[in-house]
Amino acid sequence: MTALPQTTAKKLGLVIDLDICVGCHACVINCKEWNTSNYGAPLSDQDAYGANPSGTFLNRIHTYEVKQPQKPAQTVHFPKSCLHCEDAPCVTVCPTGASYKRSEDGIVLVNESDCIGCGLCAWACPYGARELDAAEGVMKKCTLCVDRIYNENIPEIDREPACVRTCPANARHFGDFADPESDVSQMSAARGGMELMPEQGTKPVNRYLPPRPKADIHTDGDINILAPFLEPVADTPKGLLGWLDKALEAL
Amino acid sequence: MHPAASVIIFTSLSGLGFGLLFFLGLDRPVVSGWVAFTFFLIAYALAVGGLLASTFHLGNPQRAMKAFSQWRTSWLSREGVVSVATLLVMGLYAALLIFADIRIAPLGWLGSALCIATVYCTSMIYGQLKTVPRWNMSTTPALFILYSLAGGALLSAQLPFALFAIVILTAIQILSWARGDMSFSQAGHTIETATGLGALGKVRLLEAPHSGENYLTREMVHVIGRKHGQKLRVIATLCLGIIPVAMLLFFPVNHFSVVLIIILHVIGLFVSRWLFFAEAEHVVGLYYDKR
Repeated sequence: MTALPQTTAKKLGLVIDLDICVGCHACVINCKEWNTSNYGAPLSDQDAYGANPSGTFLNRIHTYEVKQPQKPAQTVHFPKSCLHCEDAPCVTVCPTGASYKRSEDGIVLVNESDCIGCGLCAWACPYGARELDAAEGVMKKCTLCVDRIYNENIPEIDREPACVRTCPANARHFGDFADPESDVSQMSAARGGMELMPEQGTKPVNRYLPPRPKADIHTDGDINILAPFLEPVADTPKGLLGWLDKALEAL
Repeated sequence: MHPAASVIIFTSLSGLGFGLLFFLGLDRPVVSGWVAFTFFLIAYALAVGGLLASTFHLGNPQRAMKAFSQWRTSWLSREGVVSVATLLVMGLYAALLIFADIRIAPLGWLGSALCIATVYCTSMIYGQLKTVPRWNMSTTPALFILYSLAGGALLSAQLPFALFAIVILTAIQILSWARGDMSFSQAGHTIETATGLGALGKVRLLEAPHSGENYLTREMVHVIGRKHGQKLRVIATLCLGIIPVAMLLFFPVNHFSVVLIIILHVIGLFVSRWLFFAEAEHVVGLYYDKR
């Protein structure tokens, strides 16, 4: 049923630290690898080796430049996947009941055998988290790796979403936001974890930690703090060069 | 939004079909026998043809029957349920009228009310979406219903009502374009709210996630074709409203002129419906620094 649960026992989601993400796209690749070879329809590519390649991804990294007047620009790598919203508009628009939000842990999923591929849920999502697979004609989205996090056939250390497990910089964290003592809740509280597009009223579960402010190195118009170390070492030439210098001056 | 032919044909034709059925249900014009059969045939061809066109954009149309199940929350599901109910009620009304020459007026009234409800459900598929501010306005259902009534009145030759409906429709259409142009900025969505990075400064996209297009950019970040928007609005206004009104007021009314008015009005309907999709901006475009 596409009615949203009143409350969920857990609120599983991700913390994404924008201060740490280096934009390596490892999470994109591991997400695609895990989700194309496990639960549900594979994530297809079209014209993968041709002139105009495209494909289905559940996680994409945008890179933004943030600029204040008279200050150096700052680059922010911005991973984006499903935010598993509490008030998920993608779920209620679904005409077949294929989209649903689990009452036990809050994960938003698609039952692919019920999906007719109308695409309305992707229209209803403000974040671009849902993509219709061009080969299968069903809606694909982040499952929070529901087939890893409860999977007792894999080592315990691997029971977290593929993107979190693979992040070499530790920019992604997985946990329960319903528990105020959890790592993700604490991290979000300490760093001012933010919701994306809050004016849409979707109440996303995932939180983004804003980049920490950069130290202000912009003094006296001299932006290169290493400049003093790059002064010429020998002000006046000595030895043969000194004699040559004097001789040429005298000419 | 990508102006897919299937959804433009679906919303336009089914709107016309249910508009015509609305008037047939009210016994306007008063018809029976073969004339009634022809009117109902046209109405059903438009309504059912439009509904079938909508299934062409589905990824898995063989499962379309499942779409009747979620009417409690989904406008798309409601549209399916109500449209089938409408076609069944009007089918019974039409069969009795054509083959037994029995007219059950309350059944026709019920069918007419269901016709409006169907068009309202269609409009709310788009009108409910907060992600597309240009659609998320009260004028969206008003426009869909007025297009349906105006077209239906023309097709059923209810010319005084058609004149009235077209005048109001044209006014609401122009109002909706004017309000729609401001809707995105009024909703307050910017690349800064989308990324949450506004506190740090002005945000722009440095690098897109992938070098090529993807489903999201093809479906929801459709920016081509908007440059002729203003010209197309003028063409649509002339075809759907101004010329038909002038012809209804100042030209002799005969079969030929009414057919001409219908053709012009339908051209205007298709142009405005194309603009409805092509000019609609989805908030996900902000992440791609495009609208």
